[in-house]
Amino acid sequence: MATTQGTAAAMIGEHQEETRTVGGVQLQVLSGGRGDPLLVLHDYEYYNEWQPFEAALSASYSVLVPSHPGFGASEFPPHFDSIDDLAYVYLDLLRDLGSDRVSVLGLGVGGWIAAEVAVRCTHHLRRLVLVDAVGIKVGGVTDRDITDTFIIGPKDFLQVAWHDPAAGAEQMKLAGLTQLAEPELTTVLRNRQTAAILTWKPFMHNPALRRRLARIDVPTLVLWGESDRIVSPDYGRAYAAAIPGARFQSIPAAGHYPYLEQPEPFVAAVSAFLREA
Amino acid sequence: MLAYHFTEMPYPYVPDEVEKGHGTSRVTLPNRYCDPQIAADLYNRYLDEYEYADDLGLEIMLNEHHQTMTCLDAVVPISAAALVRRTKRAKIAIVGSPLPHRDNPIRVAEEIAMLDCLSRGRIISGFVRGVGTEIHPANTVPAYTRLRFEEAHDLIVKAWTTPEPFNWEGRFWHYRYVNVWPRTYQQPHPPIWITGSSLDNVPWVADHQYTFACFLTPYEWTEQLVNAYRKRCAEKGLPEPTPDKFAYLALTYTAETDEEAERDGQGLLWYLYRVRHPYFNMPPGYVPAPALAKAMLGGGGKPYNDSWEMLREKGVVIAGSPDTMIEKIRYLHERCGIGHLLMMNQAGFMPADKVRKSMKLFAEEVYPAIKELGVKTPALQGV
Repeated sequence: MATTQGTAAAMIGEHQEETRTVGGVQLQVLSGGRGDPLLVLHDYEYYNEWQPFEAALSASYSVLVPSHPGFGASEFPPHFDSIDDLAYVYLDLLRDLGSDRVSVLGLGVGGWIAAEVAVRCTHHLRRLVLVDAVGIKVGGVTDRDITDTFIIGPKDFLQVAWHDPAAGAEQMKLAGLTQLAEPELTTVLRNRQTAAILTWKPFMHNPALRRRLARIDVPTLVLWGESDRIVSPDYGRAYAAAIPGARFQSIPAAGHYPYLEQPEPFVAAVSAFLREA
Repeated sequence: MLAYHFTEMPYPYVPDEVEKGHGTSRVTLPNRYCDPQIAADLYNRYLDEYEYADDLGLEIMLNEHHQTMTCLDAVVPISAAALVRRTKRAKIAIVGSPLPHRDNPIRVAEEIAMLDCLSRGRIISGFVRGVGTEIHPANTVPAYTRLRFEEAHDLIVKAWTTPEPFNWEGRFWHYRYVNVWPRTYQQPHPPIWITGSSLDNVPWVADHQYTFACFLTPYEWTEQLVNAYRKRCAEKGLPEPTPDKFAYLALTYTAETDEEAERDGQGLLWYLYRVRHPYFNMPPGYVPAPALAKAMLGGGGKPYNDSWEMLREKGVVIAGSPDTMIEKIRYLHERCGIGHLLMMNQAGFMPADKVRKSMKLFAEEVYPAIKELGVKTPALQGV
């Protein structure tokens, strides 16, 4: 496992930022902690900062949080145009880590990426956690499984994404919400631009993914904020039902970001699952 | 200078409170508010005014928008076809085919080729990237509009200028045998016009030697765009652009006096005062993130709430007595080198009688005095 950590960096809360080339793509990677690797794949509305839940998980795991191609400070190869492209980058990363005990924690669109990785190859994977994940079609042709957050402003976004929108306002960097400096605002807008490329149509899903979920052969936990109004707990239950042996668990008083809104119960649920034999 | 009659063919009969309640005039303002009987009357009235323009010796401009009360012309090849056989001499400038939002560029090539033959060479083929609110009706990936525009353009021009079947395996479109019948009446193809309001695409337009069309930009900005085109031509060793290379769209009204023009031309401002949805107008990636961040932080907006007087000062409204019109149009030509004046003569609730009166007064007392400005016939467009 490639690491540049010293003793100080391994302390809880300490983290590093590095640039790592994976599959020919330059990625910004935040990392911290010691133990089996835990690859965290972030959601689309995201600002690349080390979060308390990552610090907590780094007590037991070597937590890696790349910014996806086209997000944060990671490059976006001009011919990338789908979640598949990102899945192959992460398959390369899993291979490069050289461990067969990697767990993946996929958040939102990161859950979609994690599922696309897992249906292709689980050789390096030990366990999979999907959190408020998108990526499959559950409803009918005219059903909106996933709220279109590209056409609403920050206040409406917080209403659908958080159990407590005021808490969300404090914690999320959203364009138009607070006065961001130009570099930060540019990053937030670029993240959204990339998200639009990757998820525009079919909207937030791959029509083929649901029928492929049966290929996943590692223990999987599907974790959901009960108040998620971007993508509902019922959608999450359908996701879990399509993955052999997967368990569904919900977190009360949390919306689409339970890892930000209820970090302690979230970390407890994830840790308990990852510790299972 | 050539003058072109234009209306976006609005359906203005949606109550203000409904428009405000939905927070938008476009995309998701429900079509239950479109009474097809009224739409039928409006289409026929607007097309009557276009035929009147032909009778008066004016040229014609059409455009296309989707899912909106602001523009009933949802399929510009249809309105063009409706006019081609019933007009005798007017050029028909389609400004333009929204290339990124058309699934099949070959169909666009066929439409224009057929119209060009039907009209025996009166078509001007504008190509546009489409404003932000055109993204959702076609559901185009916003960040791909520029790339799709360029590939579609390249494919269409090749289809027009290749006398035998060819193959195309591009990023967005794939064909094994492209072989468009008919061939365009004009050779090598109809003149191509490209719209723009930022400096981003000016070099591309200049490199291709196409006419650049600015819509409702204030003088200073129009000047910057035109000068950027000139500069690019100089840098690339291309001929110095003639006024034929520059088109400008203004809100226009001609009356006996300036005061009457202000009174009867106010209806034009309906077009600017519509409710704009912030996110439908600016989908993520439509403007690249760095430029959008600068724009969001820099403030500075479009003249959507300006008064009549402010708009006249900026040149967005060109209205007044015949003498005033002549003076203003000469100023536009001298300051910005414009050779094609696109005239939004009708907007909102402006009634047929007033619009026709303005058109007639313009044709009889303004146009003869400004026609000699710039070119009389479009220069041949090189491929």
